[in-house]
Amino acid sequence: MNDMTPDRETRSANLKGLGCSRKRVEDARFTQGKGNYVDDIKLPGMLHGDFVRSPYAHARVVSINKDAALALPGVVAVLTAEDLAPLNLHWMPTLAGDKQMVLADGKVLFQGQEVAFVVAKDRYVAADAVELVEVEYEELPVIVDPFEALKTDVVLREDLAGQTHGAHGPRKHHNHIFTWEQGDETTTNQVLENADVVAEETMYYHRTHPCPLETCGSVASMDKVNGKLTLWGTFQAPHVVRTVASLLSGIEEHNIRVVSPDIGGGFGNKVGVYPGYVCSIVASIVTGVPVKWVEDRMENLMSTAFARDYWMTGKIAATKEGKITGLHCHVTADHGGFDACADPTKFPAGFMNICTGSYDIPVAYLAVDGVYTNKAPGGVSYRCSFRVTEAVYFIERMIEVLAIELNMDAAELRRINFIKKEQFPYQSALGWEYDSGDYHTAWDKALKAVDYEGLRREQAERVEAFKRGETRTLMGIGLSFFTEIVGAGPVKNCDILGMGMFDSCEIRIHPTGSAIARLGTISQGQGHATTFAQILASEIGLSADSITIEEGDTDTAPYGLGTYGSRSTPVAGAATAMAGRKIRAKAQMIAAYLLEVHDDDVEWDIDRFVVKGAPERFKTMKEIAYAAYNQAIPGIEPGLEAVSYYDPPNMTYPFGAYVCVMDIDVDTGVPEIRRFYALDDCGTRINPMIIEGQIHGGLTEALAVALGQEIAYDDLGNVKTGTLMDFFLPTAWEVPNYETDFTVTPSPHHPIGAKGVGESPHVGGVPCFSNAVQDAFRAFGNRHTNMPHDHWRIWQTANRLGLHD
Amino acid sequence: MTQKMHIKLTVNGEDREFLAEPRELLIYALRETLNITGPHVGCETSHCGACTITLNGKSVKSCTMFVAQANGAEITTIEGLGSPDSLHVLQEAFKEHHGLQCGFCTPGMITRASKLLEENPTPTEEEVRFGMAGNICRCTGYQNIVKSILAAANELNASKEAAQ
Repeated sequence: MNDMTPDRETRSANLKGLGCSRKRVEDARFTQGKGNYVDDIKLPGMLHGDFVRSPYAHARVVSINKDAALALPGVVAVLTAEDLAPLNLHWMPTLAGDKQMVLADGKVLFQGQEVAFVVAKDRYVAADAVELVEVEYEELPVIVDPFEALKTDVVLREDLAGQTHGAHGPRKHHNHIFTWEQGDETTTNQVLENADVVAEETMYYHRTHPCPLETCGSVASMDKVNGKLTLWGTFQAPHVVRTVASLLSGIEEHNIRVVSPDIGGGFGNKVGVYPGYVCSIVASIVTGVPVKWVEDRMENLMSTAFARDYWMTGKIAATKEGKITGLHCHVTADHGGFDACADPTKFPAGFMNICTGSYDIPVAYLAVDGVYTNKAPGGVSYRCSFRVTEAVYFIERMIEVLAIELNMDAAELRRINFIKKEQFPYQSALGWEYDSGDYHTAWDKALKAVDYEGLRREQAERVEAFKRGETRTLMGIGLSFFTEIVGAGPVKNCDILGMGMFDSCEIRIHPTGSAIARLGTISQGQGHATTFAQILASEIGLSADSITIEEGDTDTAPYGLGTYGSRSTPVAGAATAMAGRKIRAKAQMIAAYLLEVHDDDVEWDIDRFVVKGAPERFKTMKEIAYAAYNQAIPGIEPGLEAVSYYDPPNMTYPFGAYVCVMDIDVDTGVPEIRRFYALDDCGTRINPMIIEGQIHGGLTEALAVALGQEIAYDDLGNVKTGTLMDFFLPTAWEVPNYETDFTVTPSPHHPIGAKGVGESPHVGGVPCFSNAVQDAFRAFGNRHTNMPHDHWRIWQTANRLGLHD
Repeated sequence: MTQKMHIKLTVNGEDREFLAEPRELLIYALRETLNITGPHVGCETSHCGACTITLNGKSVKSCTMFVAQANGAEITTIEGLGSPDSLHVLQEAFKEHHGLQCGFCTPGMITRASKLLEENPTPTEEEVRFGMAGNICRCTGYQNIVKSILAAANELNASKEAAQ
């Protein structure tokens, strides 16, 4: 050490590593309009594709006449199922073990289904030609109710006729897909029969849509000279798309390059493989020139990736004192016309079996029945890990209903049932091992922060004032405590289309002490280029500013399963740390050689190796990097690179405590959010600024879902919410300022203790907003009303309870 | 196909002339003919504001205006607000206060905000929220966007005062 050496604190701060609210490196290009999204891609001679879509929800396709469309100048091709059949591409496998029509093969099963693909010289000519394709339909009875679907003689999937078994076991009916059971039914029923108190409720978690601001799209370019296919697109899992594209097309995987450029938000919408991607590839192969397909907003809302649509019935048993003794849950899951849910293969209802929530429930049973209807396929995890929003909504509503049944305070009921800190790792009744948690501390901190008791007093006074006719506004206090299950997942039980759900990181250190790291994930706004460099900076002692992070190009990035289900930090973040440690292990040997001591005689110190007991003798990582390339070191290969494929030993279990205070105008049904407090525990915090930003965003998407956003159908299967006029996306005007807070309970099995956070606020936010609305009416006999709580529905609740009399 | 029209626009201070079908939307003329890809298409129904530009001194959603209607107009897009060497105050503020995530709404958001601050240089938080309600963001929950715009307003006012 000499006078020129900065102190440890300064050296540590210079790294901009873990815990630093580092400004985002992505923002320079985005703020200047220099992002590169799929629709920005323009290639010489590029054609545009557009779909002819079904106006009917269920119909036979009698005939398709392309003549008039093909006669239009500028139209290059019109593809139908008949054209794709010889290539065996008229159907494609779904992520859920089912298959889906790429283009209508004899019939259509939902409004907006893809019937023909028009390819033309520009988007206007393509749109004109879509209008000229004559399709004759014969209408069939439409089934939009999953309960009716299980009774009717109408067969939706004629291609599955006679198949009594699907990908997930026996089918009970021709419109039934699977039954998925978890837990102990017999014991659960015994507990329910003998319980002091049993609360029962049926709730509908309505169908909605992730609706990122950028819709889905792709550009396919088949280079017939070299036999290479390049596919740019809105892919949350580019490597999986490459593998699927290879399996479907027969093109060898090394001849396919998939690129996810900048992605304008995903939220689960861009996990699936859609007919548009397949058609753009086929069209490029057929025409020999690049073909672009970008859906418009109506197509997005109607055809790609719905979320939720779960009918959930619960029974929760408890002692008179409120100790929960058992939980029973049945779900009727509306999957639409094809089972295209995006879940790990062995989990047809995702991680719905996290529905015991944050509570120590000794016995539980869950059964999910998947059903076909005449609605769009999808079933994606909209800003959540697989079906976790449904699970958390279910248990957090059941807790509220039980509190009503017991005439207890819902905060206290939660407190006495939380899993205790000393019970972790905790084995849940439905099969998960929760890694770590300290729920009581988080809950107490949250309730104290909002002065919970004061709020309840104010609420009681408001009710009295309302009864006296002094106010027309009621006050709701929404509570939720959630446990997420993210970071899918261990290869032993998590795969997608057979590919284990590991993730990866490859690092190259350059001679002058900067680096590039490539990962198998892909950012859609999460800021990976900023945060993964921070993880690495802390591991290898080079400043985050000297580390480039690259993702999304399958020709250069190591194989990974992509970004969704809050898996990037738990899995790829772990791979990054592990690859960094490999770099450091080699750097240690180089440092020891340079310092002429034994490997064990040097130790790591922030950004350098120092000789134990002689801190003035050291080699910085920059010096070591240079030496790796310019010195012949006996027994050590030149260069400084590492790769890690990380198979997580377990999921991670972030948690949080949310409180919402809402004032509701009984006469207009308008809720006003007065306060929203969100405490999140995502383990080790990488970048607090980005964490808070993600929480604001997730809460706003939760607000949307709870208070108005839905994909609604009429009885004929017409989508009633196909534009942003009808599909609620909150603006700055409707959204409050949120208060964020945190506790830190690191994951014991993750290399840096991080758990993932992007989806927590959505998972915990939806029940919190919903509980606030429902709580406002608790004093007047409300028990449960279904979301979305738009003004009209809130007004109806008030009306039903006689508050307008 | 209808006969093409001769269109003249001044975009970010540069005169541009080209042929376009009268039915072509302004956003596609900008993005595909002029290669100005900062403004984005998010809905084509005027709801999301990703395509927001400034046209003859007003904030306009270029996805619901025909290029023919814009003939002769003066247009500013995100590309005309700052340069890599000298970012606009709002561009700096959005970076500083984490006013963006996926970046898709950002060009429209900043372009609208620049006009808002001309219309009202000293907005309250409520006025910012109301004035920005035509621009949807799916990632940020708006909190940091509002913070960025208020910070930019302060910055602009401080430099104005310093100049006086």
